[in-house]
Amino acid sequence: MSNESHTFDRSVIAEIHRAANTGIYRIRGFGAKRKLPTLDELVFLGASMSRYPLEGYREACGTDVVIGEGRAERPVRLDIPITIAGMSFGSLSAQAKEALGRGANAAGTSTTTGDGGMTAEEREHSSTLVYQYLPSRYGMNPDDLRKADAIEVVVGQGAKPGGGGMLLGQKITERVGKMRTLPEGIDQRSACRHPDWTGPDDLEIKIIELREITGWQVPVYVKVGAARPYYDTALAVKAGADAIVVDGMQGGTAATQDVFIEHVGIPTIAAIPEAVRALKELGVHREVKLIAAGGIRTGADVGKAIALGADAVSIGTAALIAIGDQNPALEAEYQALGTSAGSWEDYQAGTDPAGITTQDPALAGRLDPVIAGRRLANYLQVLTLEVQTLARANGKSHVHNLEPEDLAALTVEAAAMAKVPLAGTNWIPGVTG
Amino acid sequence: MNPGSESTILDMEITTLRELNAALHEADSGDFVVRNPRGAHAVAAGINSPVAVTVEGSVGYYCAGMHQVGRVLVHGNASTGLAENIMSGEVRITGSATMSAGATGHGGLLVIEGNSGARCGISMKGVDIVVGGNVGHMSAFMAQAGSLVVLGDAADDLGDSIYEAQVFVRGDVASLGADCIEKEVRPEHIEIVTGLLAASSMQADPADFRRYGSARQLYNFHVDDIDAEVAAR
Repeated sequence: MSNESHTFDRSVIAEIHRAANTGIYRIRGFGAKRKLPTLDELVFLGASMSRYPLEGYREACGTDVVIGEGRAERPVRLDIPITIAGMSFGSLSAQAKEALGRGANAAGTSTTTGDGGMTAEEREHSSTLVYQYLPSRYGMNPDDLRKADAIEVVVGQGAKPGGGGMLLGQKITERVGKMRTLPEGIDQRSACRHPDWTGPDDLEIKIIELREITGWQVPVYVKVGAARPYYDTALAVKAGADAIVVDGMQGGTAATQDVFIEHVGIPTIAAIPEAVRALKELGVHREVKLIAAGGIRTGADVGKAIALGADAVSIGTAALIAIGDQNPALEAEYQALGTSAGSWEDYQAGTDPAGITTQDPALAGRLDPVIAGRRLANYLQVLTLEVQTLARANGKSHVHNLEPEDLAALTVEAAAMAKVPLAGTNWIPGVTG
Repeated sequence: MNPGSESTILDMEITTLRELNAALHEADSGDFVVRNPRGAHAVAAGINSPVAVTVEGSVGYYCAGMHQVGRVLVHGNASTGLAENIMSGEVRITGSATMSAGATGHGGLLVIEGNSGARCGISMKGVDIVVGGNVGHMSAFMAQAGSLVVLGDAADDLGDSIYEAQVFVRGDVASLGADCIEKEVRPEHIEIVTGLLAASSMQADPADFRRYGSARQLYNFHVDDIDAEVAAR
């Protein structure tokens, strides 16, 4: 019998040794890895005597989403309720950005820029491109803003609500440094607060400015890390957002402190119902769109997020995996880096053997953007087919007709967080007793 | 103003903000006078042509936001984010500005004849800013490129976490922020100040300014490696 300590297990001891050797906190990519409550703890009930299903392979089941209708001259029209989350050129290779664009185009959805501005290549390869407006304003310029199909004001992200971006020196190449007006090779630690507004009253004025500069053409999203989603959503609505992106703590990152990734924010399953509660109380549910993000992997996740009240989801980590991250075929190279396919998390290091989270031309050149784009398109198609199958089985002719009543929770905790009944009961902790 | 040309009057008593900005965006050139701004926000934001705009009165947030190419002159004061993210051209106000004037500006010239509040030049990325009076606390915070010239005093934490921007102050500096130090003034710096004083029509002796910039001690994480040191013994 092992006498290993539960409190000080081998991973804890290894981290203490690492910290004692280096004097710096652990920085890594990917997202939260510890066991967290997920959407897996919910199930769909399906049709029954009182609910009539649609034919799974034939009958129409809509998946389209329109964002910004009524306020923007050119609303964003997506064929599927799954978008590609903001990831920068810099954190990702140009080939990876191109692959995301190609895959999203084929599936009829949008991609998003990141902390570092818009590259000509990503504009060219993305039919619908959302331009992130971040605290750092790296590479921010009005010409690119006017080229965007939507603007996403980033207040925070799920991996690090309250923290700014990070890109370590090995990825600040000459081109990346120039785009961000930073010296080559520095460890970039982006601002965590916007430089010219604080709070929702200011944000309301900022959104008016953004709309004025872009002629009220495109929708404005507000993205928040899942911290206080009820209040953040209400305040974003008040500020005039067309869409709120709520990124749960499972959301990934190119680089940040491990302590941040694992210990700040709340899980996606807990965040969505709170955001929906705010939208409903304000009478704007399904009008101001809710995009849920953070740990979305399957069509079941997509369907459950929508049933809880989201209009769409956003994927980042899953999209990177689809284009080739964590590829078992690269196992020998992962092993050489001291890790393995499935455990690779050093996005910050720039040594990605898959050529995705790197600025090394030789590594990046390994990723064929056409093939990788097709892989993403296929993956998005599978998610869409899966969510349609689930929606039809619940009798819904559009995925947006899914509702909390279609769900049950497998654990008391999930019931409390998602505010749906514990399976086999009418009990929603905190709501019905 | 362009000498001899007719000005177009845009009176905000009868012209909405949308109409005002649309008129400025549609113009390829010409002179415009904005009357009765009465603290409106986003006045003359997003200009992208060689127009000359004179605003007769004080403005609210984000006046001349993301400004390019043209010129904006405000006869009055400005609230938060004056000329934020300015790319090129010139923005000038005769009064004072509140917070975050010239924030994240990538180029061009911003002239504030009066005082500027907190975070003047925050995250500036190449803009030049000349302030006739004083600047508030945390000015040039995380400033990356460009020059901030202050004819008066600077409040606490000037240049906190500054990168490669340069700050020139004629008066007193209450305190410097993290990683910001006073630096030697060499002839090329006198030349910068001389040029910016001339460009902004400000009167001061360039030799009276002291220079502040980054000590570059925060550019990279310090990573120790005790194990390697011990193994090498």
